[in-house]
Amino acid sequence: MRTGNPPAAGARGRRLYDFPGGVHPEGHKAVSTGRPIAAMPLLPRYVVALRQHIGEPARAVVQIGERVLRGQLIGRPEGYVSVGVHAPTSGRVVAVEPRPVPHPSGLMDLCVVIDADGEDRAVDLAPLDWHRMDPSALRNRLREMGLAGLGGAVFPSFIKLNPGAKRQIPILILNGAECEPWITCDDMLMRERASEILLGAHVMRHMLGAEQVLVGIEDNKPEALACMAEAAAGSDVEVVGVPTVYPGGGGKQLTYTLTGRKTPSKGLTTDVGVQVFNVGTAYSLYRAVYLGEPLVSRVVTVTGHVGSPRNLEVRLGSPISDVIRAAGGELPGATGEVIGGPMMGFDLHDTSAPITKAVNCVLVRNAEHFPPKPAPMPCIRCGECARACPAALQPYELYWYARHRDFGKTQSYSLFDCIECGCCSYVCPSHIPLVDYYRFAKSEIWAREREKQAADLARERHEFRIFRLEREKREKAEKLAKKASERMDSGAVATDDPEAARKKALLAAAIEKAKQAKAGIRPKNVDDLPADKQREIAAIEARRQQLASTAEPSDTRSPTPDS
Amino acid sequence: MLAAVLVMAGLALVLGGVLGWASIRFRVEEDPLVEKIDAILPQTQCGQCGFPGCKPYAEAISKGEADINRCPPGGEEGVRRLAELLGVEPKPLGEGLEHKPKSVAVIDENLCIGCTLCIQACPVDAIVGAAKQMHTVVPELCTGCELCVQPCPVDCIHMEVIKEDVVTWKWRYPVVSIRKTA
Repeated sequence: MRTGNPPAAGARGRRLYDFPGGVHPEGHKAVSTGRPIAAMPLLPRYVVALRQHIGEPARAVVQIGERVLRGQLIGRPEGYVSVGVHAPTSGRVVAVEPRPVPHPSGLMDLCVVIDADGEDRAVDLAPLDWHRMDPSALRNRLREMGLAGLGGAVFPSFIKLNPGAKRQIPILILNGAECEPWITCDDMLMRERASEILLGAHVMRHMLGAEQVLVGIEDNKPEALACMAEAAAGSDVEVVGVPTVYPGGGGKQLTYTLTGRKTPSKGLTTDVGVQVFNVGTAYSLYRAVYLGEPLVSRVVTVTGHVGSPRNLEVRLGSPISDVIRAAGGELPGATGEVIGGPMMGFDLHDTSAPITKAVNCVLVRNAEHFPPKPAPMPCIRCGECARACPAALQPYELYWYARHRDFGKTQSYSLFDCIECGCCSYVCPSHIPLVDYYRFAKSEIWAREREKQAADLARERHEFRIFRLEREKREKAEKLAKKASERMDSGAVATDDPEAARKKALLAAAIEKAKQAKAGIRPKNVDDLPADKQREIAAIEARRQQLASTAEPSDTRSPTPDS
Repeated sequence: MLAAVLVMAGLALVLGGVLGWASIRFRVEEDPLVEKIDAILPQTQCGQCGFPGCKPYAEAISKGEADINRCPPGGEEGVRRLAELLGVEPKPLGEGLEHKPKSVAVIDENLCIGCTLCIQACPVDAIVGAAKQMHTVVPELCTGCELCVQPCPVDCIHMEVIKEDVVTWKWRYPVVSIRKTA
């Protein structure tokens, strides 16, 4: 296994470290870098997903029929790990319903559908006074403005921008490596909007209290490197060209390449004092802070088998079919679409699904570049996957255990350190879809964790219910016993206390009097009845008398002392 | 010779004493078997096993009074894990027991007369309501045990299978299509 060395010399002589593994797939980057970033024309309809980030989905705060403006909050963040969702243009909300979304499952998810009115009016946008704002208030503002990592993981940025109570984040890394083949959205963004990216990085640095800012760009992007270096000239931001090795743009890999700091297993880069943001996120932070604009658009690479592959500035919520059309449309012979790149992306099930914050690339496949995968063959334990793994895992062991559903073992082989980069599948001579097995194992483990939590909750509630029922029973019994003993007590007092005895005698006399009075009263409506009815009534009365006389002795058996 | 025997015997006594003391002092409190079995059971508290809840069933298993294949919500997977724990052969679910997909109870609120019978039947207190007030099921707490369905005098409770969404969706086991080559 290769580790730490040999160091290569980067720009300005910074010592670079070489992470283990990695592969060199064909880049295909030039396909989509020939044209500048173009803004998509306004569409008649947008479908804005409420779950565009990791964590809890936003909660819709608009009604059907409501008019909305560009940048208006339509989904309020719900829970801590959540960010807001905003209207991409002005128009009318026509539905809040499940719609197809770009997700490997092909399932639907709740979306707000907006019919654009073509005016594209925005809410009042005011730049943030970030220098003077309280850090916590600033973070909350960014949370509401919907900022999430645009590199692919869409983790809420406000959480990453919190340096923590004690945690020191001395190094901020801007990730412009963009190692995945075909994708060029970060490349083009750096070429065209370098100074804005650096302004965003400046705010990040301020929020984290970082001493050093590094920009890592793979050396297959000389134009982007030059543009960023030019924009950074005169500042202490260091723009570093890193060797082109997939997955050199992984957060942990880039951190190691630039600083030599190894992120511990199951840890985060912040454990070694480094925070990593995608350059696209820095640019959206610039827009949020300097222009006051919430996250309503992003740059998306549309490439592969399309008429004019290029990068487009796309409003979030634009249906992917429209985005493909804006890039010249699919050419004859297209065999499907991939969201993301060929290494980590997933197949799109429905092109009516909208662009979300996570979508950095729409890649249209054809048979030439994406031939059908050959049938997998048995693992021969050649170890190629282990040599390629950038996380220094043993993919063949993980495969073995995942295949046999031995999830405990997969975890002891650090399954969760796997970043699903796909290097192992790429090099596998048996064409085994290794990453599919790891994804399967991971989601099984998460599902079991959820089931376990549900079971624990149910157990707790069931046990409490049993406890509650028993407590109620006990309390009832205690209450009855208390009542009974009170009666006993009052009886005992009566024999001792002459005053109480007198009262008791008076009470008994009154009851007796009432009884006699009652006996004296005769019902008035029976006199006119015929003789047989009178007899019947007399019989009933006699039965009553008899019942009363049999009930009387039972009273004497009762424990009350006055009988 | 005698000295050597005495020294060895003394050492044995002292070390034995230390070991004995340590085994008491540093005893690891192990989970009793019942707890371990109970941890595998799904806590649906449905009573389909014939016992009034998961814990009594776990106790019965640990005493050898009940078989391990009586829990339909746990399914084959649950039986397999119980078999693994107890060191016995897994077996199919018992006769008449059938594993169903996880579902939740839903009360038709237009029909509910507010009799509270379902509230009394719910083993995990997942139904909210009061006498002559409409009742409702808290779906996050419902275990899908179906115990509330039977007592309802107006049949306003039915079970709904929980649909997969993008959060609960799982990556499928990679299925390799076998194609004819050459």
